[in-house]
Amino acid sequence: MGSGHAHRLYRHGHSPVHALPPHCKLAAVLCFVVVVVSTPREAVWAFALYALLIAAVAAVARIPPGFLLKRLAIEVPFVAFAVLMPFVVPGEQAELLGVPVSVPGLWGAWNVLAKGTLGVAASVILASTTELRALLLGLQRLKLPPLLVQIAAFMIRYGDVVTDELRRMSVARRSRGFEARGVRHWGVLARTAGALFIRSYERGERVHLAMVSRGYTGTMPVTDEVTASRAQWAHAAALPALALVVCLLGWTL
Amino acid sequence: MHVPDGFINAPVSAVAGVVAAGAVAVSLRGARRELGGASRPGGPGSGGERTAPLAGLVAAFIFAVQMLNFPVAAGTSGHLLGGALAAILVGPCTGVLCITVVLLMQGILFADGGLTALGVNITVMGVVTTVVAYALFRGLTRVLPRTRRSTTAAAFVAALVSVPAAAVAFTLIYAIGGTTDVPIGKVLTAMAGVHVLIGIGEAAITALTVGAVIAVRPDLVYGARGSATPLKLRVDGELVDAPASPAPSPAPAATRSARTVWATGLAAALVLAGVVSFYASANPDGLEKVAADKGIDEKVQEHDAAGSPLADYGVKDISDARLSGGLAGVIGVGATVVVGSGVFWAVRRRRTPQEPASRTTGSV
Amino acid sequence: MDPVNLHPAPVPSLEVSGLAYAYPDGHQALFGVDLTVARGERVALLGPNGAGKTTLVLHLNGILDAGAGTVRVAGLPVEKRHLAEIRRRVGIVFQDPDDQLFMPTVREDVAFGPATAGLRGPELEERVMTALRRVGMEEYAARPPHHLSFGQRRRVAVATVLAMEPEILVLDEPSSNLDPASRRELADILRSLDVTVLMVTHDLPYALELCPRAVILSEGVIAADDRTQDLLCDDALMRGHRLELPFGFDPRSVSVPRP
Repeated sequence: MGSGHAHRLYRHGHSPVHALPPHCKLAAVLCFVVVVVSTPREAVWAFALYALLIAAVAAVARIPPGFLLKRLAIEVPFVAFAVLMPFVVPGEQAELLGVPVSVPGLWGAWNVLAKGTLGVAASVILASTTELRALLLGLQRLKLPPLLVQIAAFMIRYGDVVTDELRRMSVARRSRGFEARGVRHWGVLARTAGALFIRSYERGERVHLAMVSRGYTGTMPVTDEVTASRAQWAHAAALPALALVVCLLGWTL
Repeated sequence: MHVPDGFINAPVSAVAGVVAAGAVAVSLRGARRELGGASRPGGPGSGGERTAPLAGLVAAFIFAVQMLNFPVAAGTSGHLLGGALAAILVGPCTGVLCITVVLLMQGILFADGGLTALGVNITVMGVVTTVVAYALFRGLTRVLPRTRRSTTAAAFVAALVSVPAAAVAFTLIYAIGGTTDVPIGKVLTAMAGVHVLIGIGEAAITALTVGAVIAVRPDLVYGARGSATPLKLRVDGELVDAPASPAPSPAPAATRSARTVWATGLAAALVLAGVVSFYASANPDGLEKVAADKGIDEKVQEHDAAGSPLADYGVKDISDARLSGGLAGVIGVGATVVVGSGVFWAVRRRRTPQEPASRTTGSV
Repeated sequence: MDPVNLHPAPVPSLEVSGLAYAYPDGHQALFGVDLTVARGERVALLGPNGAGKTTLVLHLNGILDAGAGTVRVAGLPVEKRHLAEIRRRVGIVFQDPDDQLFMPTVREDVAFGPATAGLRGPELEERVMTALRRVGMEEYAARPPHHLSFGQRRRVAVATVLAMEPEILVLDEPSSNLDPASRRELADILRSLDVTVLMVTHDLPYALELCPRAVILSEGVIAADDRTQDLLCDDALMRGHRLELPFGFDPRSVSVPRP
């Protein structure tokens, strides 16, 4: 669970998607994914259309297809789970390449794979066209509690710092000849984790001190606001709106 | 593991989102108290100011420590989930906030976990692990003798149970709103089985880490508040216990207001779980089932032609599903109430004598 | 001597008298510190590790409450009701710039102080850019802090405090961990500012270069207060307070411009 998280997805660029305000993009992607998840799994053609929509947005955002596909590799654990389903779900059997599989299981696997992949693709497009800072401002604009956004901001600001400290502690540990090879070494690793916690907490106190020294009394000053014109909202709404049409067709056809 | 989109259907995902939002709302207020009354008595400014930087740094710590490799054997390694650790080190409310922020950022920044599944992920990995772990930890430390060993043992048990508890919570959510038809029994055994194993690893790491922190800075471990060795005074050459300090008066009011919020939240969850499980099992699953049956092949036509058997089967199925969904909902809420009450009891007891708030401001 | 004083001396930037302080655990760190810093002066605060220098500094903006004695900044006593103004007047640059640069971008960090005080819009922008220009970092306004080198972060940390237009700039080990080029850049910046400076430092050549006056804090009191060069040339005094000059450095050989 720990691996593969640290790679930031943001790609600098000047496409129309990059230029959209962050809260529009967040709302659009969220609505899109909700629509995708609400689509009946049997409407296979609908998912093909969704994939086309995503590809179109990726093209407008000038995201190389290789980049997008590589990032889809994150969902590998669930591909594994999906592959298991035709063998685990009870129901009428069919033959796939000579292997008996259950039909509901196949549908279940398809459902998870299709929706999960589209969800990841949409998230990747969002993350690769929106800067960190903008994302936080967008979340705040979408009425996420300001304190939560603040905590997220500090987490992001100091995430690298704490990770670096952990890396330095690991390097120092290994330079003294200690190589963790099994469960019996967990004590030492846990001591590293404990020391890291203390350092992080104390740094938090020092940051608070620095904030207080510059006049902080409990509320962060609002220096930036994100605004969006109606046209920008309209552009952002294109993706979920089209998806909604497809979804409704999927239910009725 | 982060749940992706499509695994849990839309209505249940929405409800899980509401539950998660409620938990976060409660935790936002609770965290102020937890971090304000933290290590240094007094300190510059009131507790509310410290929440953002401290919780942010702890969240950064959780984020970093999740990447620490704990080798198991020949190439495989385990990782810390962190819910129990967060709860024990900084308190349940701050813990929920930290894990929530980590999950939120992982979902939005790294596309790890579905955006629609955020509610589920936060509820399962953030709220359930943290609350269960903290309740157990506080309960055990109250019962066991006040030594370092019992603290680490309590941390071990708390973390050990928190992981399968999360698995059970996930299974309940899946029972109500899962989009695939894997039988619940199989899911439960698979999830619980694997997660007991993961729980052992998590427990070991959590206990060792808590022990490491207590060895150096016991005042930073929130869960071990009040268990510091009492101060001794030297009177006429003899060591006597320092008199216990009176409990701070504003505490009961705060507990009462928190209690109201919890009670309302639980009631809302009960109603929602009941209503939605009713709806969820009545419609989408049923509809999907019918659509699936219709859409696949001719065999189904025969069933359709048979008419009433399908109808009976369908109705019977739906009512069974409804019952099972409702039952699952009640069990889930019941478990939450028990755990929640445990937390309450633990939090209320915490208001007994602690270190007196010093009038001089914090030291450096 | 003219009895009528046509130009009364400006109020001293800092007046500490009889400051005493003990930590909550009982350990007393300051035993009656007296220190006056006039407007525009640059003073180095020297002393062995553990002498209480950082503790003293934290009293200057009210983070620590004095057990006894008073602190006045440009005439305003450091008290709860004046804290907001005091914290505007006293700009402390802490040792680790990472603790001080906690916003996502340089511009937001520098804007934090004035924005908290209520400034908005083009005024705020002007204040931020002026501060950044004074430390030579105006091109880096949109960068996140972790993309900067240590020396650059130090300079931005100074800018975050300058943006509040303080009366006195207090620096805690400003030259520590800086490479020689960065040290020189920072020295140039500090020399160009016309704000009062109190510099806590172990870097004696740096103190000699930038601060005409130095005080030694030892065992909780000010043990010496003199011209920096005279202080550094007094071997017995230096030895008595665990201060040592770097290898080969001869303060007598340095020609310090007389103020």
